[in-house]
Amino acid sequence: MLIPHPLLGPRDSAEFTYLGDASLIARPDGMSDGADEAFYDYLYLRDNPAGIHRELWFHEQGDRSWLVVTRNTLTHEILGAELARDVAMAQRNTPEAKA
Amino acid sequence: MSQKNRLSGGLIDRSQSLSFTFDGRKYTGHPGDTLASALLANGVRLMGRSFKYHRPRGPLCAGSEEPNALVELRDDARQEPNTRATTAELFDGLSANSQNRWPSLAFDALGINDKFSSFLSAGFYYKTFMWPAAFWEKLYEPMIRRAAGLGSLSMEADPDAYDRGSLYADLLIIGAGPAGLAAALTAGRAGARVILADEDFHMGGRLNAETFPLDDAPAQDWIAATLAELKSLPNVRLMTRTTVLGAFDHGVYGALERVADHLPQPKAHQPRQILWRIQTKRALLCAGATERSIGFENNDRPGIMLAGALRAYANRWAATPAQRVAIFTNNDDGHRGAVDLIAKGVQVTAVIDPRPDAPRIADCELLAGAQVINTQGRLGLSFAELRLSDGSMRIMECGAIGVSGGWNPNVHLTCHQGAKPVWNDEIAAFVPAANTPPGLSIAGAAAGVLSTHGALRTGAEAAAQALEDLGMCASPAPTPTAEDAPIRLSPFWYVAEGKGRAWLDQQNDVTVKDVKLAHQEGFRSVEHLKRYTTLGMATDQGKTANMGGLAVMAEMTGKSIPETGPTMFRPPYTPVAMAAWAGRSRDADFRPTRRSPSHDWAAEQGAVFVEVGQWLRAQWFPQPGEDHWRASVDREVLAVRAGVGVCDVTTLGKIDVQGADAATFLNRIYCNGFAKLAVGKTRYGLMLREDGMAMDDGTAARLAEDHFVVTTTTANAVAVFRHMEFARQCLWPELDVQLISTTEAWAQYAVAGPNSRALLERIVDEGVDISNEAFPFMACGEITICGGLRARLFRISFSGELAYEIAVPTRYGDALMRRLMELGQDLGVTPYGTEALGVLRIEKGHAAGNELNGQTTAANLGLGRMVSSKKDSIGAVLSRREGLSLPDDKRLIGLKPVDAANPLLAGSHLFDQGTEAVAANDQGWVTSVAYSPHMGSSIALAFLKRGDARLGEVIRVVNPLGGSDIEAEIVSPHFIDPEGDRLRA
Amino acid sequence: MPDLTLAPRSALGGTEPRIDQIGGITLTERPDIALASLAARRGKAPALDKAIAPLLGAALPDISASSGAGDIRAFWTGPDQWILRAPYGSHEDLAAQVKSAVGNAGSVTEQSDAWAGFSLMGDDLTGVLELLARVDPASLRDGTALRSQIHHIGCFLICESALSELLIFGPRSSAASLHHALISAIRSAESLRPAPSQS
Repeated sequence: MLIPHPLLGPRDSAEFTYLGDASLIARPDGMSDGADEAFYDYLYLRDNPAGIHRELWFHEQGDRSWLVVTRNTLTHEILGAELARDVAMAQRNTPEAKA
Repeated sequence: MSQKNRLSGGLIDRSQSLSFTFDGRKYTGHPGDTLASALLANGVRLMGRSFKYHRPRGPLCAGSEEPNALVELRDDARQEPNTRATTAELFDGLSANSQNRWPSLAFDALGINDKFSSFLSAGFYYKTFMWPAAFWEKLYEPMIRRAAGLGSLSMEADPDAYDRGSLYADLLIIGAGPAGLAAALTAGRAGARVILADEDFHMGGRLNAETFPLDDAPAQDWIAATLAELKSLPNVRLMTRTTVLGAFDHGVYGALERVADHLPQPKAHQPRQILWRIQTKRALLCAGATERSIGFENNDRPGIMLAGALRAYANRWAATPAQRVAIFTNNDDGHRGAVDLIAKGVQVTAVIDPRPDAPRIADCELLAGAQVINTQGRLGLSFAELRLSDGSMRIMECGAIGVSGGWNPNVHLTCHQGAKPVWNDEIAAFVPAANTPPGLSIAGAAAGVLSTHGALRTGAEAAAQALEDLGMCASPAPTPTAEDAPIRLSPFWYVAEGKGRAWLDQQNDVTVKDVKLAHQEGFRSVEHLKRYTTLGMATDQGKTANMGGLAVMAEMTGKSIPETGPTMFRPPYTPVAMAAWAGRSRDADFRPTRRSPSHDWAAEQGAVFVEVGQWLRAQWFPQPGEDHWRASVDREVLAVRAGVGVCDVTTLGKIDVQGADAATFLNRIYCNGFAKLAVGKTRYGLMLREDGMAMDDGTAARLAEDHFVVTTTTANAVAVFRHMEFARQCLWPELDVQLISTTEAWAQYAVAGPNSRALLERIVDEGVDISNEAFPFMACGEITICGGLRARLFRISFSGELAYEIAVPTRYGDALMRRLMELGQDLGVTPYGTEALGVLRIEKGHAAGNELNGQTTAANLGLGRMVSSKKDSIGAVLSRREGLSLPDDKRLIGLKPVDAANPLLAGSHLFDQGTEAVAANDQGWVTSVAYSPHMGSSIALAFLKRGDARLGEVIRVVNPLGGSDIEAEIVSPHFIDPEGDRLRA
Repeated sequence: MPDLTLAPRSALGGTEPRIDQIGGITLTERPDIALASLAARRGKAPALDKAIAPLLGAALPDISASSGAGDIRAFWTGPDQWILRAPYGSHEDLAAQVKSAVGNAGSVTEQSDAWAGFSLMGDDLTGVLELLARVDPASLRDGTALRSQIHHIGCFLICESALSELLIFGPRSSAASLHHALISAIRSAESLRPAPSQS
């Protein structure tokens, strides 16, 4: 499998380590009220779609970037890859996150 | 023996003779021969015995799809079983042996199986070896293993090297027949990076086996001119003896190049095979088609082969299995084979064609509407029994029959990503579906285009289209004029007359009768049919067999063949040796070895090494007179406690953490606080996973306001770095923090024991004060030693003694170890290994990998109070959940045997006295044990329910595997210096 | 006070760098290169570029590239991350030099001994590269810097001169395994080179 690294172009999946659902980026605030419920959701309740899935890959044998890769789990077609850092920053800057 | 069945012409070099042996007998052949063609030329038809019934067999094919002619090639360590004689290139001195027979190929004792065939039908193993169960391991399995398995292994290590490599292309062309060559010309001339791979050693594909002219000249002229042009193009790579074995995701293909299989042995440093990973923008499958047989009674005698193979042996290899041959075909192509054979001087007794309107093409007897209903002959074909169109029977003497039931496009690679081929009525075969792997197109016979002209044209056009997709300008290369006859066939799968011992799968001995039995017993889906009968399994994966089986099943179920459906094709296309998959990763090179800076020195000391992940670490340093490892380890432990010891701890992970927010970052990574750690100080830190379980522990030393060095355990160094990068990039990208591993940059040694300060004082430069006042417990700093060399000093202790860790740039590590040993002699300096390190930490009650096993919490480890509730850190929230803070939760405790002579065993479970040692009464388990020279007995660390409240109690320590059941006292895990006075001395 | 000076060893354990000559290819151990990693502090990439310019004589290199005008050169290792290299003899304190130049605009870490360096030189290294790493030789330009695996060992590959000189840095503790992998690949590639045609 080739991962289309946003900086380096297609790189072999053997250079990467897989983590899982990209929703892991949205970590709840541990000091907020109801944090235990939020963490339960965050850590254990994931979708397992047969189809389009956004997931985290680490370019461990490359530039050490964490990527958010959008992959069709049925066909392995890869629809895109972004730097996870950019995705995380964008999520923080949504009005919802600021509120 | 003379080459009595050698014909004229052919692509062999008669100027040279090669001698070879088969089952010990000497023969000769020529360069260009395969083992099978040379044996046929020498009058040998019998080449093997079948898998189940041990029936005599000869080659069915002339290529890699061969099910029968499997031999053990070469001798001694290079002996390789199940090698196809039809693809093994002849070399001088080649030695081959038949397999799956005893005592000889001509007389095989297990041929008796054939007489009992009615008991050995489909599902035989499943039905017969069911009971009694106790018989399985002792009787049935050894018996089956002896009888089955075809060839045997030499049981010696393979002396040859295998490589793996990577290639890149714009267009990978798979197969160098007319379609592939025309495609390569088109793409090569357009300047694209082209790889043309063919499994054969002579490119040309089916052109080599036929005699049709191209542009009114022999096809070999066009092949030679084409290859010469392609060779002259620097952008084209021609790969013969290279099988593309799989189509993987995103344009990655696997290919096996047999670099030296055609040589007696590889040349010096030459790999025998290379497994290539080919990354290509587009691929073009020009893999041709495989002929299929027709089922009829006793259609497996040596001499009966596919018509196309008979034709290939005659045209390309100038060999024939017999001088009198017959053709049995349901299509026009079989007739054209007869034409070629007649031209070579072979007597074709008749062309037998079940089609009543069969055309007359060859200049020999035509038996239209006739069928072969049985054959005779002992170790090879002697007579064919025919049923003629008028219903009469005829016996025909012949030594070979060329059988053709039509051609199946080689669609395999198009299915490797899940596509199912679709049925084409015109050629009565499956052709590639539209949803083939992205970027892969198909041309020639593989696409169902079965004429030479069609192959040339579609090859050139498909290549031009592929390049156009890539934005390159290409026009199809002009192709020579070539035959363009339709194949014209009437589907005909098997002869109904007879008992049904008509072979469909010759490799697995599956007959028409077996498929009918599978149907009768309910195994009707093709995937069930395959597993029940073994149809299509083993080395040939049913390339010549599957269609026949499908057709019979379709007929039984009353469904069409496409409704019955093909089984799934998976890589590899042909078998690949394990050694090729392994490449260089075998034996000592199975994985890289990591050596610590003191490795060479330790080896000089006679250290015993242990593998810790990829690292080699000194386990202990035996001294003269120490005949047991415990003697060495006890000595090293006592030397640390009494004097000073040095241990190489470079293997611990070291991560440089810098940035304005470095402290904030570590505060979130570790469950305990780091924000207020002073510069020049080190702190123990515990990392939790987000689920609240302990992940790793170590220390973080603050070298500056914005600079920490974090250590991890050896085993978790990579995982912790990954975890920290995840936190940095994904969780808190707004923090100013940068990470880099420095594990390898520094040689780091633990210097431990009451004399450690005295030893270090001898190497630190003038003005560096390491007194207890200036450099107290948990201090750290950048200093210079040995005359200006930069070093880092940490006052941390794993052993519980006054101890330091000192680090220098790795290139100086070897010299520093030697210097410490030289300068510390009078202080009792002693190198110690990982075993003593373990004893010291167990005596001190420090958790390590055995305790941090992913199932333990901070509270279990007795570190519950470290988890700060005043801040957010990874794992803190879920560590507080109800299930992880139950009142009878386990706690880390120490154990010491009531009778000091009793050893404690790791893995033992704990039970209250007077209770039965069953799971329901389990109170906990022993994680780490050691013999403590300090305590004079075995000691252990263990997790025990409410352990911290039970100090002083006596508990049962039971190990049913070790046969041990002893009593031990529950004690503090800190066996030594529980107040920590030694650390602070 | 006695002379306590410590003598360095190369990554392969020698007092002199190891040199292997196989066919037309030379493999040389390179302990003579000092390395320091440089990462931009958050939001300070422009300031860092400016601060490093006097030392580097160039801007910090872009993705997968190298830059540098004099003794000190840099190659890209990741987003906002680089490694600087210089002759060890004159720049053993490279990390300190860089840190004093960049101040709080960048994080600097000494990396000289984290890596075992090897120079691979020959007329055409394509064949060796094919057996070593998943790198397209045609993608290499002078100065291309990549991180990839060589026989399971994570390495930096820096193209000094496309297809004729490669600088390879692998983890120092794996130096012996890496050297073995390089030698095996060179021997293999040399054996596969077509014999010069006889005319």
